[in-house]
Amino acid sequence: MLPRLFFGYFAIVMTVLALVIITRKNPVHSVLWMLVLFFHVAGLYLFLNAEFLAAVQIILYAGAILVLFLFVVMMLNLREEIVSERFGGAWPLGVSVGAFILVLIFLSTGNFVQGPVGKYSIEAIRAETQVKAVGTLLYTEYLFPFEVASLILLIAIVGAIVLAKKRS
Amino acid sequence: MNVLGITVPTGYELFINIAIILIKIAVVIAVTMFHVLYATYFERKVIGHMQIRLGPMRVGFHGILQPVADGLKLFFKEDIIPAQADKAVFKVAPLIPVFATISSLAVLPFFNGFVIANINIGLLYLFAMSSLAAYGVVLAGWASNSKYSFLGGLRSSAQVISYEVSMALSLVGVMLMSGSLNLTEIVRAQQQHWYGMYLFPQFVGYFIFVVSAFAETNRTPFDLPEAESELVAGYFTEYSGMRFALYYAAEYIGMIVMSCIAVVCFWGGWTLPPVLMNAVPALAVVPGIVWFLMKVYIHVFLYYWVRATVPRYRYDQLMSLGWKVLLPLALANIVVTSIVKYMAGS
Repeated sequence: MLPRLFFGYFAIVMTVLALVIITRKNPVHSVLWMLVLFFHVAGLYLFLNAEFLAAVQIILYAGAILVLFLFVVMMLNLREEIVSERFGGAWPLGVSVGAFILVLIFLSTGNFVQGPVGKYSIEAIRAETQVKAVGTLLYTEYLFPFEVASLILLIAIVGAIVLAKKRS
Repeated sequence: MNVLGITVPTGYELFINIAIILIKIAVVIAVTMFHVLYATYFERKVIGHMQIRLGPMRVGFHGILQPVADGLKLFFKEDIIPAQADKAVFKVAPLIPVFATISSLAVLPFFNGFVIANINIGLLYLFAMSSLAAYGVVLAGWASNSKYSFLGGLRSSAQVISYEVSMALSLVGVMLMSGSLNLTEIVRAQQQHWYGMYLFPQFVGYFIFVVSAFAETNRTPFDLPEAESELVAGYFTEYSGMRFALYYAAEYIGMIVMSCIAVVCFWGGWTLPPVLMNAVPALAVVPGIVWFLMKVYIHVFLYYWVRATVPRYRYDQLMSLGWKVLLPLALANIVVTSIVKYMAGS
């Protein structure tokens, strides 16, 4: 009963927060509500016994990425931004596509087949600690995708520097 | 279950556990707040004497009641909110750093067995909380709708993001050596060595951590976000009364938390080096909290000492120090520590 209540709270609050974020006229307020949303996502990770992911969620999303968002949004001319219409002309199209995907998800959840149980049960992770479990997998079994992802990020960093650098 | 010799009837363990945790929280917050009050007093005293002044002398013996008088004064002051400010954000902003820094206290082991939440990711949790403290500064700068606040907020967000990276990487050496993110385990792991402190093998990491901690808490020589001579008071220029006091409290709690992290990760927490304990067995009588507090006081004193000694950095120097010196140094430290650990293990 208690886990259901807990999940229900997170699901409802996260949905409401998502709606609040996209309807704010002031972008800084949107960013702040997003901070609250990220905390709820972290709470959901904790609920799944994934304390490492919860910490990383806060450190990276709330502590770094969102601060950079805030940094950019703060520079906007808010007087113009607040007066202008929040949604573009194409919003009915967006809502219908979203509704279509939602219906698809609802239809497909009935056919959901649970995957085979791997060796990482809750007890196994608790014995090994989650950081160790994630780290070992990441650096052995998934080393190649991990390196590819880091290479892609590196390219993005170099690209950003090249774009921002003044030509003299 | 047995608490203080009294057997708890079954079915009530949960309530007793919650009560114990609440009492622990109350004790830790009360002790920290007391330290915050007297950290301000000793800062003024220490810097005063370093500059051949006396510091506060009027309230009580040698000004010993000065922080109480200051606190009362700030508490009863009018809370002014600028007309053009974003009121909701302006009101919320000072609470964020206070909550973030007080929450950090939850995972710090003060002495053997005394920690509110003994979690496996203690160190990551501390990083998460210290990264949130930036919000208070950035939002205050934006919500005040004043140019001084805004410049202070911009400076601070860039500074905190830059130094956070080096700070986190400087502690990776400690994580590698101890093989754990649990702060209690880190202290225990240091006891495995005769020197009992990671300060010696991790001196590079310690140096980077201390410098980054100064920048993270916006203290001199990295106090550009609140540079008085340029920006009035930086991000909290428009704040008054209790909300102003909250920023002050957050800065001092931040200083104490950073000192505690340094003590736990590099100075062996509540323990003394085994070599010293073996040489003088009588030291075992002294409770661990005494050593812990002494080590924290040394670090807090370091903040005052540096403030009275070093002038403020220029902004571009601050940025190049963070990105071009500390970050490569921290990365090199990780590589060297990993290699040494691998060689020692094989």
